[in-house]
Amino acid sequence: MTVAVRVIPCLDVDAGRVVKGVNFEGLRDAGDPVELAAAYDAQGADELTFLDVSASAEGRGTMLEVVRRTAETVFIPLTVGGGVRTVSDVDTLLRAGADKVGVNTAAIARPGLIGEIAERFGRQVLVLSLDVRRTAPLAGGSLMAHAPSGFEVTTHGGRKPAGIDAIDWARRAAELGAGEILLNSMDADGTKGGFDLELIAAVRAAVDIPVIASGGAGTAGDFPPAIDAGADAVLAASVFHFGEVSIAEVKDALAEAGHPVRR
Amino acid sequence: MTQIAEPGSGGLLGGPPLAEPEDIEAILLQADLAAAVAPVTATVTLPEDVHVVVLDYGSGNLRSAERALAATGARVTVSSDLGLAAEADGLVVPGVGAYAACMAGIEAAKAGPVIAERVARNRPVLGICVGAQIMFDSGDEHGVITPGLGLLPGRVTRLAARRVPHIGWNVVDAPAESALFADLPAGTRCYFVHSFAAYADALAGTGALVTTTEHEGDVFVAAVEHGPLSVTQFHPEKSGAAGAALLRAWISTVGTAAAPDTAVAPDER
Repeated sequence: MTVAVRVIPCLDVDAGRVVKGVNFEGLRDAGDPVELAAAYDAQGADELTFLDVSASAEGRGTMLEVVRRTAETVFIPLTVGGGVRTVSDVDTLLRAGADKVGVNTAAIARPGLIGEIAERFGRQVLVLSLDVRRTAPLAGGSLMAHAPSGFEVTTHGGRKPAGIDAIDWARRAAELGAGEILLNSMDADGTKGGFDLELIAAVRAAVDIPVIASGGAGTAGDFPPAIDAGADAVLAASVFHFGEVSIAEVKDALAEAGHPVRR
Repeated sequence: MTQIAEPGSGGLLGGPPLAEPEDIEAILLQADLAAAVAPVTATVTLPEDVHVVVLDYGSGNLRSAERALAATGARVTVSSDLGLAAEADGLVVPGVGAYAACMAGIEAAKAGPVIAERVARNRPVLGICVGAQIMFDSGDEHGVITPGLGLLPGRVTRLAARRVPHIGWNVVDAPAESALFADLPAGTRCYFVHSFAAYADALAGTGALVTTTEHEGDVFVAAVEHGPLSVTQFHPEKSGAAGAALLRAWISTVGTAAAPDTAVAPDER
């Protein structure tokens, strides 16, 4: 027996409301992240991730209230990401009831933030979120100098290249004190064509910390290959929200492929 | 079931109104259903009016521990008040982050003697995660040794596994005599998130009940039950229905704590 593969639904939350509808039967309020969190817990989710996409300070304040209510009703781990810039932001989220905090753009701008958070709260609270895109080869087939692995880090939902190599950044972030990597393929995201297995394998080879694979899931059968490629956990949003794949179906597929799951 | 909304807490943040009480009822109902469908048989009879203090010494998320304990029916107070910590029926010592930082927090709060005194007087104490680790003799973080409270023998060291931190739901292997795991079937998974742990060999011959788990061939302490002192490396407050059953079992021992003459003094172990 060993640690189970984690299946993690992710909710995008804007000013305390779930972005895009969620198509579950029997929900009183499909836009309430707390009610959804409880529903996913009941379905067997191993962890929950909230991504705060609020643009305003007011929206962020509302998010804290969502985190508080979730921590009071759902007794599985909760990661909150989006807009985390300082050690103080992390402190606020942990006090509200988050167990882990996702950091993305702010750590790219100032990598020292990773060490500061790890030193204060322990590396286990810090999930480095990585939005990765494959680079187009240059004329002649060689890869771009800033991303020799062929994978680059992006910001702004994949629209802006950060100018650094994704595999190097993953390795460096792990050395600086990241506890986990949330690896999101911006190429696969939304395609429902399966995870980017080469990307997962490349990051797995570079770091020893857990890797959460994200982006591209369309069917339950897409999940086991991500674990075979080296991921420790799988995260998805829309396929769960729209009821296209259930948590239980993903766990069935994983178990059938020989991976340990929590029932 | 306890109330989950804090009066007025939404308005201070300037956000939209909180869920109506009916919504909260619905959420709680779902949470209950989640617990009901899990493969856990609750045979524990809970004693009346057990008061538990969650020790607040500046370490991490205390809200989940408070609410998970309250869900057992216990009265729960999160406090740094040492008088309350000494007198409560049960004391919970949480902890996340670095061993040295947690011990510094315990020392700054002057909580060490209160915890030791409770154990000496056979008063129940539950340590969780790093709050479990600091009950041991010492912690070794990258060669820096920090003395712990010395209520359990052994040193907390970095996991030998390659994939560290150990994050996720792992199977716990509990002895048949365990009170904490009495209601949990074999194969139950609990939620771990840590890079360091204690090892069972240091506890051999103490009479302590040791529950272990395994990660990449590395077998380490998942829980210890030793007289009034219980510790869990995993987070019962984050372990869903399994964690809830374990907390109920602990609360039931709190209410029926044995006579003081069975206390284990640190120098007798």
